[in-house]
Amino acid sequence: MATRLNSLLRTLWRAIRRLSGDDGYERYLAHHAAAHPDVPALPRRVWFALQQQQKWSGIKRCC
Amino acid sequence: MKTKFFSLLLWLGVALLGAAAVGGIALNRGESINALWFVTAALCVYAIAYRFYAAWIAATVLCIDETRATPAERLANGRDFMPTNRWIVFGHHFAAIAGPGPLIGPTLAAQFGYLPGTLWILIGAVLGGCVQDMVTLFFSTRRDGRSLGQMARDELGNIGGVAALIATFLIMVILIAVLGLVVVNAMKHSPWATSTVTATIPIAMLVGLYMHKLRPGRVLEGSALGVILLLLSVAGGGWIDQQAGLRELFDHPGLPLAFAVIGYGFAAAILPVWLLLAPRDYLSTFMKLGTVILLALVIVWLRPEIRMPALTQFVDGSGPIFGGKLFPFVFITIACGAISGFHSLIASGTTPKLLSNERDIRMIGYGGMVLESLVAIMAMIAATVLDPGVYFAINSPSGIVGKTAAEAVATISAWGFPVTVEQMNLLAQQMGEASLFARTGGAPSLAVGMASIFGSAFGEHLLALWYHFAIMFEALFILTTLDAGTRVGRFMLQDLLGNIWQPLGRTSWYPSVLFSSAVVVSAWGYFLYIGVIDPNGGVNILWPLFGISNQILAAIALCVATGILVKSGKLGYAWITALPLAWLVIITSTATWQKIGSDDPRIGFLAAANSLSDKLAAGVLPPDKAAVAPQLIFNQQLDAVLALFFAALLWLIVIDMLRVCARHLSGKRVPPLSEAPHYPTRLEEAWQRD
Repeated sequence: MATRLNSLLRTLWRAIRRLSGDDGYERYLAHHAAAHPDVPALPRRVWFALQQQQKWSGIKRCC
Repeated sequence: MKTKFFSLLLWLGVALLGAAAVGGIALNRGESINALWFVTAALCVYAIAYRFYAAWIAATVLCIDETRATPAERLANGRDFMPTNRWIVFGHHFAAIAGPGPLIGPTLAAQFGYLPGTLWILIGAVLGGCVQDMVTLFFSTRRDGRSLGQMARDELGNIGGVAALIATFLIMVILIAVLGLVVVNAMKHSPWATSTVTATIPIAMLVGLYMHKLRPGRVLEGSALGVILLLLSVAGGGWIDQQAGLRELFDHPGLPLAFAVIGYGFAAAILPVWLLLAPRDYLSTFMKLGTVILLALVIVWLRPEIRMPALTQFVDGSGPIFGGKLFPFVFITIACGAISGFHSLIASGTTPKLLSNERDIRMIGYGGMVLESLVAIMAMIAATVLDPGVYFAINSPSGIVGKTAAEAVATISAWGFPVTVEQMNLLAQQMGEASLFARTGGAPSLAVGMASIFGSAFGEHLLALWYHFAIMFEALFILTTLDAGTRVGRFMLQDLLGNIWQPLGRTSWYPSVLFSSAVVVSAWGYFLYIGVIDPNGGVNILWPLFGISNQILAAIALCVATGILVKSGKLGYAWITALPLAWLVIITSTATWQKIGSDDPRIGFLAAANSLSDKLAAGVLPPDKAAVAPQLIFNQQLDAVLALFFAALLWLIVIDMLRVCARHLSGKRVPPLSEAPHYPTRLEEAWQRD
């Protein structure tokens, strides 16, 4: 019971991090390591600034 | 066999319950009706539509193919193309489509009574809005996640592409103006609301600095900090309201507030996104989801009684909040929540790049809109649990009901909705406001509705806090839409200007940024300014224009979808988009016709211009009104031209779509289908292997 609750909370927390983009840098690192292992990955700050710039250059919010 | 029987029984039960609830709402007269019936009716209608209609469209019309690789898989780049869990995509999609629109439209449309708006929200969503979102998502997914404008150009030709671009730009301008007006009307002479809304700006910047400099990328930490500060700012606004020296700093009439909003919009458009726009959006998304969930829970828990009658006498067109008969204006007033063209811009271009499998399209496209429609139903409930007299006192502009409180209550009571000055004063005092009269726009009456629902759940002594919390929450994401919209408008303008002189098209060249931002801000700033100085409340002018433009965008999306269906040899199924399209063409054309040609100055733009210039010539206007009359006359004429332009745009693209379809059916050459080739998906195998 306790372990089930624990794993449920864990899943919920992962979903919240994923939805808000809190785990974005970790996902970027994973993707980067898989796709371009020979190129050094961007530092967190640079990546975040770039990612926000990209996010807000299109229509992202509605009425 | 046994499970099949039980599922049949279950769905029969849902159908009967839904029919009983809808019937109860529709046929009830004179007796008060419980809000729970609205929620029941909505949930049953959505469940049946989702289980049967949406599933049929997915399987039979679109032929969803689970084995086909989506653009997210084929073009994965770890940035915008990324196969993502369906629930996460649903969350992103819903956060993107649901803005302030579904809260405001139903509140305004409640002037007709609760019935017309509720029925339109339900029927419009399941047969129109959800279908539009779902098919646009599907077609864009099959086309590498291309935007609506690109699809229109590829599938119909250049006319469609240009029409989509222009419609998007104009709808953005009108939308921002009307949302700005809603915020201004909520802050007018309210030090508490003004100081709280003002505080959201430095709070967002603080969160931006935290996420960008202090702890880069820690979105949840920063947002938690921001949410706490926002809640403190609601309480802090109450404190400021009590301080004799301080409260005057935040006590302003509409016009200075409008200029403040315009100045803010310009600053937000040129500041870096990490400082203001991005952090504000995190905050508004959390606030929005939290408040909507809380409202749903409290409505189910408290089951408030609806006090508004099913129909009011204003179906005849004499409504105080906006003029015009039930047909077509209830359909124009409620765009978001029933069918909103803006969604097609999210459903193409953004969301398809995240889909990991085509089978998620029904849940995200259709299901996302179902949820927005439910938000609209809750807004309708929050508006109609108010005493109708109170609802009209808050929402009717002073130009209609009279300037003083005594005049206003006399007019409204004479309509058959009794309300007294004492009642309004007590309510204003409870909500911590000086006055609640003539706060047209929907935000304050929704806030009073929400505050009274929350207040009866958590204690009456917190009413003023709940009221200002609701105002803060609405202003927060209205301002996010304003920032984001101004920015998108700027990009579109720069894109356009780049064709004339190349450097103007560079989005990072500062002079071009300043110039194009200034143009976009002055465009919506103009309509906001006129809306504020108009004594009949600019909502009467701006909201119908916004509804028309939003639905014309929907019509463009449905034209593209219908064209693609016909070209794919699915003429027999094209009615799923052609029927809602036909309905939109009927209502927007009728509404435009009436807005231009009606003799009633409350409805027709030209009639209003003529009546005002007659009064001006006769010298019967008081000096303050005579001073602004020439501007108002010009604006009414401009609005007429704008409405005519919208209608022309609509007919142009409809005829273009029909031309392409006719050519295809008679075997002539048409632009070929631009669907990407089929590659089998490898994601499932990879998951199984892991």
